[in-house]
Amino acid sequence: MASKSAKSLRANYCKHGGGSLKIGVLAVQGSYALHVKSLLACDVEPVLVKRSKHLEGISGIILPGGESTTFHIVMSEDDLLVSLKTAIQKGLPTWGTCAGAIMLGHGEGIPERWNLIGIEVARNAFGRQVDSFVALLEISKFDSLFDGVFIRAPRLKVVAPTVTIMSTLSGEPVMASERNILVTTFHPELTEDLRVHQLFLKKFCNWNLNE
Amino acid sequence: MKERPLPAPIAGKDGFLLKVGLAEMLKGGVIMDVTTADQARIAEDAGACAVMALERVPSDIRKEGGVARMAAIKVIEEIMKVVTIPVMAKVRIGHSVEADVLQALGVDYIDESEVLTPADEANHVWKHGYRVPFVCGATCIDEALRRIGEGAAMIRTKGEAGTGNVVEAVRHMRKVTGDIRRLTTLREEELMAEAKRLGAPFDLVKQVAMTGKLPVPNFAAGGIATPADAALMMKLGAEAVFVGSGIFKSEDPSNRAHAIVRATTHFDDPDEVLAASRDLGEAMRGLEISQIPEGELLQARGW
Repeated sequence: MASKSAKSLRANYCKHGGGSLKIGVLAVQGSYALHVKSLLACDVEPVLVKRSKHLEGISGIILPGGESTTFHIVMSEDDLLVSLKTAIQKGLPTWGTCAGAIMLGHGEGIPERWNLIGIEVARNAFGRQVDSFVALLEISKFDSLFDGVFIRAPRLKVVAPTVTIMSTLSGEPVMASERNILVTTFHPELTEDLRVHQLFLKKFCNWNLNE
Repeated sequence: MKERPLPAPIAGKDGFLLKVGLAEMLKGGVIMDVTTADQARIAEDAGACAVMALERVPSDIRKEGGVARMAAIKVIEEIMKVVTIPVMAKVRIGHSVEADVLQALGVDYIDESEVLTPADEANHVWKHGYRVPFVCGATCIDEALRRIGEGAAMIRTKGEAGTGNVVEAVRHMRKVTGDIRRLTTLREEELMAEAKRLGAPFDLVKQVAMTGKLPVPNFAAGGIATPADAALMMKLGAEAVFVGSGIFKSEDPSNRAHAIVRATTHFDDPDEVLAASRDLGEAMRGLEISQIPEGELLQARGW
């Protein structure tokens, strides 16, 4: 049932008949340029989102890695904070990497969380930069391992039964989804491997490679 | 803070990817110099993407003189305790033990900085030997590539710290980006002679010639005092900015810090930079570069 409603939600946002698919990348701070590079490599059109007016016409959005406190503060200056949150609630396909995942989940402390996915996200929970690491991940439906780059990464705790866990590391979820939202605590944009970007475009943004 | 077992440096590609990776996460943001936990909190609340913990801001170092060293451990620890954003700290050029200490303490980035008094007149720290990433200042492409060759995972302009005068940062950014453009015009067989002339590692010269960019993020620092200064550096190709004395030596640090963050995000939107530039109170007092005796220029430290 969850998947059915997710489908209809997405339909609202995926009216890209013909023309290239426009995917927003939140560009207030963080690794947005790398996501733009990955999207270009996937042959879709990236749109930098710095103001709420930039949300128009996009079929999905990536919230990049960076500092979630900075995201929150800069977005609060504009109505971007409210309009982005509303668009995601209405079904805009959304992928949060690291800081992006923090914004989307539940949790205590700063910044204020959006509670849009049934996951508790604890910031910097693996430690400081010297504790950052690379780990090979098994991701469901991928036929080979994926280089997971974890930088001052958050930790996820699933708190809703409707959340699908797509990858784990030592038994803990590092990639999960619910309805129109995908989160990863690692950074596919730091690698040349486009498979997570393609998965987001195909499964969440109804992107068809042969379109 | 309790002692922690220190993870070994990760050899090869993965280790460097993690170091550059954190720099990638800081892009588009503002890294602010702070000397106390209170200032660090103000910086974080204003939207800083990281803070730089130090004992005195550059303009005070310039004024008071004496030997400038790594900040007191207690100050760095307090700052690490109160903020959730990454904490950087400075070491003297070539002072590998100050670097050992900061790595053991767990700071997120080390700035091997010309703002402090150099500890070694011939050699910089061998940065590949650390798990913690380093940022270094550079005034031109060959200096940048020598530092990257030693393991720096982020380059920043030196500018002339503590002056509130952006002219040197502009000069260095234009020099580095101009040098890069020139390298891309050379033919393959000209690159070895160019590497020899520059005194920079051949492999890195070749890489820059082929890709048209530095192999690590390129940030701006030194003399940035206003939202417009920050936006200017972004427009010239900086991927993020460091602000030192410019914030906590101004009349209204919190407001100014927030305005500089806003102008950095929206550097290409004049209406936003205008809005960020309103009602900020007095900026720090600036210093004309030509009035600084040549021997006191910080940018001449390092090579």
